[in-house]
Amino acid sequence: MQIIERENLTALFESLKKHGYEIVGPTVRDEVVIYDTLNAVEDLPKGWTDEQEKGIYRLKKRDDEALFGYVLSPHTWKKFLYPPKVKLWEAKRQEKSFTITEPQGDGPKYAFLGVRACELAAIAMQDKIFLEGAHIDPIYKERREKSLIIAVNCGQAAKTCFCPSMNSGPKVTSGFDLALTEVCTPYHHYFVVETGTAKGKDVLKDLSLHPAEESAKESARQVVKNAEDQIERTLKTEGLKENLQANAEHPRWNDVADRCLSCANCTMVCPTCFCSTVEDVTDLTGDHAERWRLWDSCFTMDFSHIHGGNIRSSTKGRYRQWMTHKLASWVDQFGVSGCTGCGRCITWCPVGIDITEEVAVIQKQE
Amino acid sequence: MSKKPKLAVYKFASCDGCQLSLLDCEDELLAIAGEVEIANFPEASRAVQEGPYDVTLVEGSVTTPHDAERIKEVRQQSKVLITIGACATAGGIQALRNFSDVKEFTSIVYAKPQYISTLATSTPISDHVPVDFELRGCPVNKYQLIELICAYLNGRKPNIPTYSVCVECKRRMTPCVAVSKGEMCLGPVTQAGCGALCPAYTRGCYGCFGPNETPNTSALSEWWTEHGRDKAELVRAFRGFNAWAEPFRKESERHE
Repeated sequence: MQIIERENLTALFESLKKHGYEIVGPTVRDEVVIYDTLNAVEDLPKGWTDEQEKGIYRLKKRDDEALFGYVLSPHTWKKFLYPPKVKLWEAKRQEKSFTITEPQGDGPKYAFLGVRACELAAIAMQDKIFLEGAHIDPIYKERREKSLIIAVNCGQAAKTCFCPSMNSGPKVTSGFDLALTEVCTPYHHYFVVETGTAKGKDVLKDLSLHPAEESAKESARQVVKNAEDQIERTLKTEGLKENLQANAEHPRWNDVADRCLSCANCTMVCPTCFCSTVEDVTDLTGDHAERWRLWDSCFTMDFSHIHGGNIRSSTKGRYRQWMTHKLASWVDQFGVSGCTGCGRCITWCPVGIDITEEVAVIQKQE
Repeated sequence: MSKKPKLAVYKFASCDGCQLSLLDCEDELLAIAGEVEIANFPEASRAVQEGPYDVTLVEGSVTTPHDAERIKEVRQQSKVLITIGACATAGGIQALRNFSDVKEFTSIVYAKPQYISTLATSTPISDHVPVDFELRGCPVNKYQLIELICAYLNGRKPNIPTYSVCVECKRRMTPCVAVSKGEMCLGPVTQAGCGALCPAYTRGCYGCFGPNETPNTSALSEWWTEHGRDKAELVRAFRGFNAWAEPFRKESERHE
């Protein structure tokens, strides 16, 4: 482990740029920490934090100048790896036939800065979805292979966090190229750096680092412990898959359907939800057509509309599908749960529906 | 080459904003004129051809006895009739009269109210004649309008989604203003189509595109009430440009 002083962080930015990376990470816009292109260290959310509850997010000032002192953004890294809107191909009519052109692989080369432990788990889950099996997603694959992941350990937790229940945090353990822990005290502000891969090591090459002494390592451990101690929410995963699959007619599904807006917010902010739709568009002449892939959600009516009608027309059916897929049939499909315990679906539900609460009721009454 | 389809645009009680959206197509307008014959569009040209028409766009709601008759003639002249905008589709902002007494209004507003011949209600076109497609919005979104015309010309289903505005917010990466600022946002119960315009400028959605496919308005009201909003605020939220659309109407009436 090594140390980068806070004032040397600019050198990391410069090194990443020199290696051809577009740096994307946290920045404040409209009173929310979002993920976007970062030009300089100054773009980071210095001195900001967030408070999160069911259906509520508020940005707050910290009493220090921590750069990664927020908990979690409503944005997820899937916006870069699996873009919300992407052109798959376009077709042009010619005399008596037509030609199809696919966009060539010139996707961006991203350095993701500030990836949390739960988000690493989410990327690992999406890797399973998009990179394994018979159908590999070429867009995801290209972006994923080019990208560099710089994880940052959590130093605090939101009330909506439950990553320990899902075994995905708060400590960063694998799946990163570099991992940072920010130590911010009134007299010393620095980052403890752990190198995960050769690719990560490469960008550190020209930086002025010094080895981390035991006291710095201990401070870094305390940072993560602080986050761990703050986590209140839990989700009992033992026997959960079987429990949910045996309770398709539990009265709680009706109850949650009364509250659910079926607006799709939970699926859109979920770092592992991966459903999409394709839309074909033509121009006025009909000589030019395009096929676009768009993020979709199991909460929209069109999603479950098949020939002859809709197979999940009720909100009850749609909420149950989403939750049981995420926590139960995902295991059948991919060998792991689809939930990382990030709590985004709890915070960003406009009416504060809490997946952990819904699960607990179904578990209790069984 | 086959004959170009004849297009007509009619106006009823409205502000002309939706017709302007068509004129606002600028870059695409010449292409549209190349593919359809603009046969009757008084806002764009004085040259008016007689019907029948292949496609008719109708803006505005029915608010007078005269218009209630006129829309029947328009329907007779039109193979395909598409309503454009909140007025034609849900009665518009002028449907606020439906919750009050119009006679009282006219007595206050006009010096000689006896000259005013108006109905007690403002109603959507579909209350009077069969409608083939309803394009939502106050005003309509010009890209949706072009998409609709493209789909018609190419004989395909238009890509006009009926899900919530939230989906559009998320696809354009706008953080939820309801959650991050406590804005009263109708997005979760409103149909997409505007591109989630207001939240992109950190304002809550006003519901210009009317109720979405499965509008759970009562759950949204309940959340607002729990978070300190009073009944008057709830009524006002649902009584906007689509106040007379059934789910919004019922929800506002519940809190009166």
